[in-house]
Amino acid sequence: MRFEGFLDRHVRWVFPLPALVFVVVMMAFPIVYTVWNSLTGWSLSEGTPPDFVGLKNYVALIRDQRFLLAAARTFYFTVLAMAVEVVLGVAIALLLNRDFPGKRIVNSIMLLPMMATPVAIAMVWLFMYEPSAGVINHVLRVLGLPTPLWIAGADSVIPALALVDIWQWTPMIVLISLAGLAGLPADPYEAAEVDGATAWQTLWRVTIPMLMPTVTIAALLRLIDALKTFDIIYAMTGGGPGFSSETLNIYTYNQAFSYFSFGYASSALVVFFAIVLGVSLLVSVTRRTVEV
Amino acid sequence: MATHAPPRTLTSPVAGRTARLATGPSAVDVAHFAAVMLVLLLFLLPFLWMLLSSFKSAREIIKLPPSLVFAPTFENYRTVFATQNFGQYMANSTIIAGGSTLLGLLLGLPAAYSIARFKQHALSLAILLARIVPGITFLIPLFILFRALGMVDTFASLILSHLLVTLPFIVWVMVPFFEAIPVALEEAARVDGASIVQTFGRVILPISGPGIVTGAILAFVFSWNNFMFSVVLATNRTKTLPVAIYNFISYAQIDWGGLMAAAVIITLPVLILAVITQRYVVRGLTAGAVKG
Repeated sequence: MRFEGFLDRHVRWVFPLPALVFVVVMMAFPIVYTVWNSLTGWSLSEGTPPDFVGLKNYVALIRDQRFLLAAARTFYFTVLAMAVEVVLGVAIALLLNRDFPGKRIVNSIMLLPMMATPVAIAMVWLFMYEPSAGVINHVLRVLGLPTPLWIAGADSVIPALALVDIWQWTPMIVLISLAGLAGLPADPYEAAEVDGATAWQTLWRVTIPMLMPTVTIAALLRLIDALKTFDIIYAMTGGGPGFSSETLNIYTYNQAFSYFSFGYASSALVVFFAIVLGVSLLVSVTRRTVEV
Repeated sequence: MATHAPPRTLTSPVAGRTARLATGPSAVDVAHFAAVMLVLLLFLLPFLWMLLSSFKSAREIIKLPPSLVFAPTFENYRTVFATQNFGQYMANSTIIAGGSTLLGLLLGLPAAYSIARFKQHALSLAILLARIVPGITFLIPLFILFRALGMVDTFASLILSHLLVTLPFIVWVMVPFFEAIPVALEEAARVDGASIVQTFGRVILPISGPGIVTGAILAFVFSWNNFMFSVVLATNRTKTLPVAIYNFISYAQIDWGGLMAAAVIITLPVLILAVITQRYVVRGLTAGAVKG
């Protein structure tokens, strides 16, 4: 009874305590440790100890062509995937937002690409993309269309990987847009009907503007995740051919776990971390603005 | 989704106004239905191709044009389980995803309750940060830490690292859920002499079933799917399914049939889980993006 009294009085820190310990040990410590490591020359492959070297890694980083290209590639992949996902996602949501037989299975089908294990999905696309034995190029050949190298070509690898991301994550935009459409008020539509607006006018002047706040948030959520894409890229190309699909996440991973350059990898990580966090802050600011 | 819509006509305001007036399906209805089926098929095709190919023999699978009707073989599945040890990896994945989900609930439920009741937004933000920042931020320091402690390739290190995946999902789903429970309900129990801990255990948790199910499923699936933590921390004894399928292609000649069978084995459990519980999962995934 006395123990329960103690719990009752201090419940506001007893309840969250285990989670708090977790946050400190598994999150705060790693972040601080990474920042510290980024200031050291620690490398297992070169046999250098974790000694303080100041900003040396960061100076090397901004002169590292491979890092700069990885950063540019990350933005290319992210913007490409996100733009297509948003346009396609909203279009599909509008298409699905109309009665048809079997409408109830839509949610189930749309969930599948998002929930499926990315590495397994990567293997399926690897098989479909296969330049000679793959089904995609076979269909293109039958249709008399050019057959790209997909992930085997230096120029086509990023769009090919973005296509996998688009297949996997457009459903997220669809589901969020559908939820947004279901929540739209009826009044503006009645007004539009009274004013004799065509369906096309109603779509562009009523539906899309009202849906914009929801779509903006969905797009920004995708933006954060697309920046961090790792599984499909690592599993399908490992950053290749050459370095032509090496994004920031893959670059950092390789520095850490292929070369074991913990110091240098940590500095790349701090920059990558800062970019993602910066974008996320932008998201929360935007979210606040659109909600007002 | 439709249940959230304000009461108005059943059809969409965008395109469905006139269609319902006709008795049978109009030409527009038929065209729309065909378009919907085409879109849904595009999202399903990679899954169908994976499933179909997994039952093809080594000779059948590289045949072009690909045959849609053939004598199915279970040889690929036999290979994957008998020679590739997938039974063991499946057990490992289940232990790690199950363990990190349970631990996530143990830490996450009281924390989420405390966050909801005492408005501890800083803690909530700290936990959700694990979903925002790149996973590799935690991975490099944790790898160094677990290596120093001799914990690499143990279930403990994997479950702990996967907690970074599961805990944020559980908190993300449960905080709004607990916030929506009227305080009056708890006060009634408190008047009857129950302690806060008793109230939490006997009043709050029993009515939180849908929330707990949603959070637990999302947590389990994303832990099951996780590749990055496992590929670094699970080298041999604790190897999970995504790492196993990735290693599958590292060996010279690609056995496409085996690879597709492995992909089916990995994705099927999560896909079934997703379809069974789609109502909850859609709510969990779109929560936060759509107001209300």
